[in-house]
Amino acid sequence: MATPQTLYEKIWAAHVVERRDDGTCLIYIDRHLVHEVTSPQAFEGLRVAGRKVRRPDLTLAVPDHNLPTTARKDAAGRVLPIADPESAQQLDALRRNTSEFGIDYIDAMAIEQGIVHVVGPEQGFTLPGTTLVCGDSHTSAHGALGALAFGIGTSEVEHVLATQTLLLSQAKTMEVRVDGELGFGVSPKDVILAIIGKIGAAGGTGHVIEFTGSVIRNMSIEGRLTIANMSIEAGARAGLIAPDDTTFAYLKGRPMAPTGKNWDKAVTWWRSLGTDPGARYDKSVTLDAADIAPGLTWGTSPEDVVPITGFVPEPSSFADPAKQAAAQKSLDYMGLTAGTAMRDVPIQHVFIGSCTNSRIEDLRAAAAIADGRHVATGVRALVVPGSGLVKRQAEAEGLDRIFITAGFEWREPGCSMCLAMNPDKVPAGERCASTSNRNFVGRQGPGARTHLVSPAMAAAAAVTGKLSDVRELMGERA
Amino acid sequence: MTPVTTVSGRAYPWGAKNIDTDVIIPAHWLKTITRTGLGRGAFETVRAQPGNIFDDSRYAGSPILIAGDNFGCGSSREHAAWALADMGITAVIAPSFSDIFSGNAFKNGIVPVVLPQEAIDRLLEVAQDQIVTVDLETMTVTTPFQDRFTFELDAFRRQCLMEGLDEVGLTLARDTQISKFEEAVASNRPWTTVESGYASIGVEGSRRT
Repeated sequence: MATPQTLYEKIWAAHVVERRDDGTCLIYIDRHLVHEVTSPQAFEGLRVAGRKVRRPDLTLAVPDHNLPTTARKDAAGRVLPIADPESAQQLDALRRNTSEFGIDYIDAMAIEQGIVHVVGPEQGFTLPGTTLVCGDSHTSAHGALGALAFGIGTSEVEHVLATQTLLLSQAKTMEVRVDGELGFGVSPKDVILAIIGKIGAAGGTGHVIEFTGSVIRNMSIEGRLTIANMSIEAGARAGLIAPDDTTFAYLKGRPMAPTGKNWDKAVTWWRSLGTDPGARYDKSVTLDAADIAPGLTWGTSPEDVVPITGFVPEPSSFADPAKQAAAQKSLDYMGLTAGTAMRDVPIQHVFIGSCTNSRIEDLRAAAAIADGRHVATGVRALVVPGSGLVKRQAEAEGLDRIFITAGFEWREPGCSMCLAMNPDKVPAGERCASTSNRNFVGRQGPGARTHLVSPAMAAAAAVTGKLSDVRELMGERA
Repeated sequence: MTPVTTVSGRAYPWGAKNIDTDVIIPAHWLKTITRTGLGRGAFETVRAQPGNIFDDSRYAGSPILIAGDNFGCGSSREHAAWALADMGITAVIAPSFSDIFSGNAFKNGIVPVVLPQEAIDRLLEVAQDQIVTVDLETMTVTTPFQDRFTFELDAFRRQCLMEGLDEVGLTLARDTQISKFEEAVASNRPWTTVESGYASIGVEGSRRT
């Protein structure tokens, strides 16, 4: 009998073009997503060397990082110019490069435009058992559908454009199992924050994580995307979830997904990809769903996680002296005092969006809290849908009206305040409850203070003006 | 790419942990469409603080940076490697690196040297006033005090660094193998072909509220 294999090992084996003597492999790349920030130098490299794109048909480009999320057309329907000349130049470069090299390009004005990691699954471009790359670390998100998906640098973008391959060493495997039933008010974001809090920001380095267990099995694709998206925040370049009926139901009929006989053949193969009984992971970690509460970050690393009922930790409570120093620096930057209850911390900004939490289910969860309430005085709250299609769906359900009536700003799709490349920034010294993925120093703008939370927790913070336990607001409705 | 065999000189004795790529180069510097000139934005938030290590005249122009665990975590931006290269840094020594940053460093002639924390602690001390040498021939980091720490590098990456090889050119030479693989996939996994383009579609999600 063949040696039992993990999901990762099966996908890896199916993509080896060539194995070198030193063990590194030339790996075939089935899908390549391109955005405006990490691609201009790659296209320039091709141009200088006189090289072409090997498989433009396996490549899809969409702008997201730089696009302003304010109205893109005026009242008369005329396209508004982009104020920042550097952003405009980068967006223009993507349009020109994709046209020159024959790559499918979703224009900023198209309803299908959105954050690259929202668009890929939405269009069925992302498929189980494929290798998928993008010049963006949150490419790990696509692992939610069982694709081996990871972020690459610009030199690798150029390598994939020219050769449709990457030279890689096989990663180690790590299982993160979450069993049990999630408690009241606990969302997929809380699950991934709890995981990162447990294994640390470097806990998955050198590994590909496979998320398993009943909690993951029972989760929708939207929820799984949130989980896999933040694998990179635990140091794992890729996160995987075995494809199952939930995955197939999600993908069937999507514009770029296979059809007819090809679909049937695909499903048969996809079903065979799950980790075999008896296969071994290099590392295994288990979490009990019952231990997971709505959570958030207090510091400047995604591993700085506490439950909302918790307190700002004492730096001296950490065993590692380097972590003690880092914690003190984090507290100074965050303007927090050890021992403060997280629920007593006021905020000035709320950001609901990003490739982590901008899908329709995220917006519904936030709207359910916002409905009938109002954004607190002195708080600015942004809702940025992940794509034009998500925005349209939300508007069809009236979510935009709920948000606008409650005092939230309803924006156009893009990366927005997650990384402060476009005009959406948090001013220095001000505090933001954010559904994004990184609470790094300066991430949401120079001097900005970020607390990572779920969409419902972000909405709760918006209406109360402070970090809040969403369960108390949900309780009022129960 | 310029070949690298040894990197020798002063080193920034920093030692900070979890240095993410937003710290190495903040996002507003990412709007460039070239690879050069990013040294100006390198460590911008760190340099905004008085007395920071990067503006300390003792270490000005150092080719080596000594850092803590998980260096280069976060975003995949190769701008981080370009910014370091533009500052003149050609080796970073740390207990661990993020996988993506490490790959980006290699492709830009920057050696990511992994050494245990004890070695880092010793180097942080020595680098206060002495030079540090990273040698790819002997795979060692040495100091004028006879310290000698050996490190490991992936053989292929080491060769690329030492010979300044163009990886895209090397892979293009495997065209026959890649074409053979593509033919096999076309018959075994025909669904990986993209049949049609993107289009408008409903995105109802799985749970209606």
